[in-house]
Amino acid sequence: MNAINPTGWRPSMGENAPDNGIQTFTCNRALQLEEPLLFELGNADRSGVDFPETDGIDLSALGPMARAERPDLPGLSEPETVRHYTRLSRQNYAIDLGLFPLGSCTMKHNPRLDEKVARMPGFADVHPLQPVHTVQGALGVINELAHWLIELTGMHGVAMTPKAGAHGELCGLLCIRAALEAKGDPRDVILVPESAHGTNPATAAFAGFKVENIPATPDGRVDTAALTARLGPDVAGVMITNPNTCGLFERDLKIIADAVHAAGGYVYCDGANFNAIVGRVRPGDLGVDAMHINLHKTFSTPHGGGGPGSGPVVLSEALSPFGPLPFTARQADGSIKLIEEEQAHEEHPHAFGRMCAFHGQMGMYTRALAYILSHGADGLRQVSGDAVLNANYVLRSLDDVLDAPFGAAGPCMHEALFSDDGFAPGFSTNDLAKGLIDEGYHPMTVYFPLVVHGAMLVEPTETESKAGLDQFIGAMRSLAERARAGDELLKSAPHLAPRRRLDETLAARKPKLVYKD
Amino acid sequence: MRYLPLTDADRSAMLSVIGAGSIDELFADVPAEARLAVPIAGLPNHATELAVERHMARLSANNTTAGSVPFFLGAGAYRHHVPATVDHMIQRGEFLTAYTPYQPEIAQGTLQVLFEFQTQVARLFGTDVANASLYDGSTACWEAIAMAGRVTKRGKAVLSGGVHPHYVETARTMAKFTGDVLDTSAPVLEATPDDDALIAKIDAETSCVVVQYPDILGRIPDLAKIAAAAQGAGALLIAVVTEPVALGVLQSPGSLGADIVVGEGQSLGVGLQFGGPYLGLFGCREKYLRQIPGRLCGETVDADGKRGFVLTLSTREQHIRREKATSNICTNSGLCALAFSIHMTLLGGSGLADMAKLSHLAARKTAAALAGVPGVTVVNSHYFNEFAVTLPTDARQIVRDLADRQVLGGISLGRLYPQETALANGMVVAATECTTDEDIAALVSALKEVLA
Repeated sequence: MNAINPTGWRPSMGENAPDNGIQTFTCNRALQLEEPLLFELGNADRSGVDFPETDGIDLSALGPMARAERPDLPGLSEPETVRHYTRLSRQNYAIDLGLFPLGSCTMKHNPRLDEKVARMPGFADVHPLQPVHTVQGALGVINELAHWLIELTGMHGVAMTPKAGAHGELCGLLCIRAALEAKGDPRDVILVPESAHGTNPATAAFAGFKVENIPATPDGRVDTAALTARLGPDVAGVMITNPNTCGLFERDLKIIADAVHAAGGYVYCDGANFNAIVGRVRPGDLGVDAMHINLHKTFSTPHGGGGPGSGPVVLSEALSPFGPLPFTARQADGSIKLIEEEQAHEEHPHAFGRMCAFHGQMGMYTRALAYILSHGADGLRQVSGDAVLNANYVLRSLDDVLDAPFGAAGPCMHEALFSDDGFAPGFSTNDLAKGLIDEGYHPMTVYFPLVVHGAMLVEPTETESKAGLDQFIGAMRSLAERARAGDELLKSAPHLAPRRRLDETLAARKPKLVYKD
Repeated sequence: MRYLPLTDADRSAMLSVIGAGSIDELFADVPAEARLAVPIAGLPNHATELAVERHMARLSANNTTAGSVPFFLGAGAYRHHVPATVDHMIQRGEFLTAYTPYQPEIAQGTLQVLFEFQTQVARLFGTDVANASLYDGSTACWEAIAMAGRVTKRGKAVLSGGVHPHYVETARTMAKFTGDVLDTSAPVLEATPDDDALIAKIDAETSCVVVQYPDILGRIPDLAKIAAAAQGAGALLIAVVTEPVALGVLQSPGSLGADIVVGEGQSLGVGLQFGGPYLGLFGCREKYLRQIPGRLCGETVDADGKRGFVLTLSTREQHIRREKATSNICTNSGLCALAFSIHMTLLGGSGLADMAKLSHLAARKTAAALAGVPGVTVVNSHYFNEFAVTLPTDARQIVRDLADRQVLGGISLGRLYPQETALANGMVVAATECTTDEDIAALVSALKEVLA
């Protein structure tokens, strides 16, 4: 049924045949199955959907823009479709297959109850512009989640609509701009620590701010003295990640926040690492004015191969009036009111505007709410506790074979940071990471944060068992020893994955972004 | 707690390896005054799966679902039938619980899907290339405007009155902060969009003209004419498609000369979901490749010479370029792109055309039936699956009254344009292949009752 795989082995390849032991005609290796492109399999006259007869439908009301021929899009029957995507799925690593220690990304188990809940018809099959009285349950989800996000962070309000973490950053910075403009105090500088996620400076620039970097201290934290010295009438605010990207708690955040406020600025906290402190520390108590919460990290909505995310932004009392539309609020009679452009004039007059169509990521809200209610107050506290315990266990089980730049100073938070110091000459973090693939793991975050040479940021999360961690630690020890000893095989890893190292330079130099016959 | 595998014995053993006496000790860096001494206020302790499911089911039941009543809502979100295969495939854990494919050797599944998705979008839109998706149609629309500014080095965007008002508001929000000038207007309830008036707004400062196709009232502008005028003045034409099924029977915007085509992919595979997550589609001419926002997947080879796919041209992106990136975007709408792609694969070109024809047929029948209701006038001369009507009184109340009769009959223009009194009696009505003759009869009879 499937087309012949064009990348498979052929006798005619002779000496050019891939050198991976036993050759097969298909290039399949038993359960490791190659899959051609959709465009090599299907054609536009094949379909996996049956429709009533459409010949004879009068199309004259389409007018002059009607097309003459059907679009050139290949179709497949249902069994072919199921097989195509099932075979492709098997070329992916995923949390469901094993530990996924990607630092700063919080790849934890995705509860299946949350999938079931998101598909309940009252959430999945309602239109965003239905009359408000027909969607009280859906608005109730938004309000209930908003309530818990506010309580968990000790903040005043929350903007629910941002569609991902970076969108949330933008929302927070736009609130800051709007607040400054309302005060008639335009400021154009945002201070960003050099260890920040790349999205922070990109967002600040996108929101029209000038970005200035703040150095880190040798112990991996923001240089408080340098930061406070830079404060002044041109500084709109700071963006700080806490816990930071070195896996450390920013002990001085409250001191920094007080200084920023005294200088007339605002504090944005990147909440990407909230998983380390949920249920234990409330950013609002540390003087934070705005923080996005990646629901796909801390509250475990699935990453889906790169989205969709969801990035609600909790806001301080000072910034809440400026939060974007739409805005939901519970009324005195218990009903939930949706404030859109129509009502904003009277009920939310300082809103800085709208960040997207409709109400944001409803499908993520339902999942996150189910997650929060499932864990409850005790469970969430255990989440951060176990996440930090697992990271420290990895740190202390590996710090004799891998350099841990900040390991000597004390415990880490939810992620353990290592460097490539001590590897044999010519061996890099990338080699170790690719070796992990052969061991059956997804690599950790590599070369980030930028402040550590050859950084390896390991975030095991709380949903790993001790036995699972022990096996991972064993694999890491083995790889660290091979990198230190200069095992050449490591430099060409992975050897056992569906693909060997891919030529990224070629991809960028001669971009092929679409299939051409 | 069912999601946490560590036992107390595990915890003790691990703490002794670490050399700490308790988990709390690991939080030593948190200043004492910042540590929460008490549980989160009001939040109960952990709950069983059954209890949570019941709670959520109660909230779910407190909504009128689209599938349970005659349903005619559109305006950027459409209810099409999604084959069962789509949801089964996207729930495979290898797709659902994978991350962004930064390690391509073990992410070829996601990457090949994205490459196929990009090709499907490019062919649907008639563009040379497409990206791996953005958040939704509204943010894709703004990204296109920002990109046109980078390409033309001009700062004024002309938006047609037919662009979805939420898209306009999203752009307005962003433009306030970037300094771009937006020339916007509300639509006029006339049978065809005034393309000439739009063209008259183009001047030497114009970076782009933004035209929705079909527009918010369901009318179908002449993109070729607008493209020629825009390009003649050195501006780009951005076409916005909020209902991609329309392209099963309408000419693609790219083939009509659009330089950038953006859209909302929700109507294929994704479902209504109360507005999100949705799927931003983005295609354009190849010459603007290095200005495209968001992720791109490209073909390459591995060390053995085998074909493979990687995320590419990342030198445009924030994790490399930081404050100089083309956009701050760090995600795409991966799982929604997968759903879109699977649905499109099941349909194929002929299936998409069939679905479009059936949606159009349902809209024609609905329009004909509504035209027979006293006091109702169908505005459009041409449309795909959505059209505007005028009613004798404010449509906001009529929509609510219809809902009280268990009919979701349309979207009032008053909700979309609260400041525009001239539109207050207008309503947009959409139909799809899901719409039945019984639905149409129920709408007509409820509307007669409401207007009586």
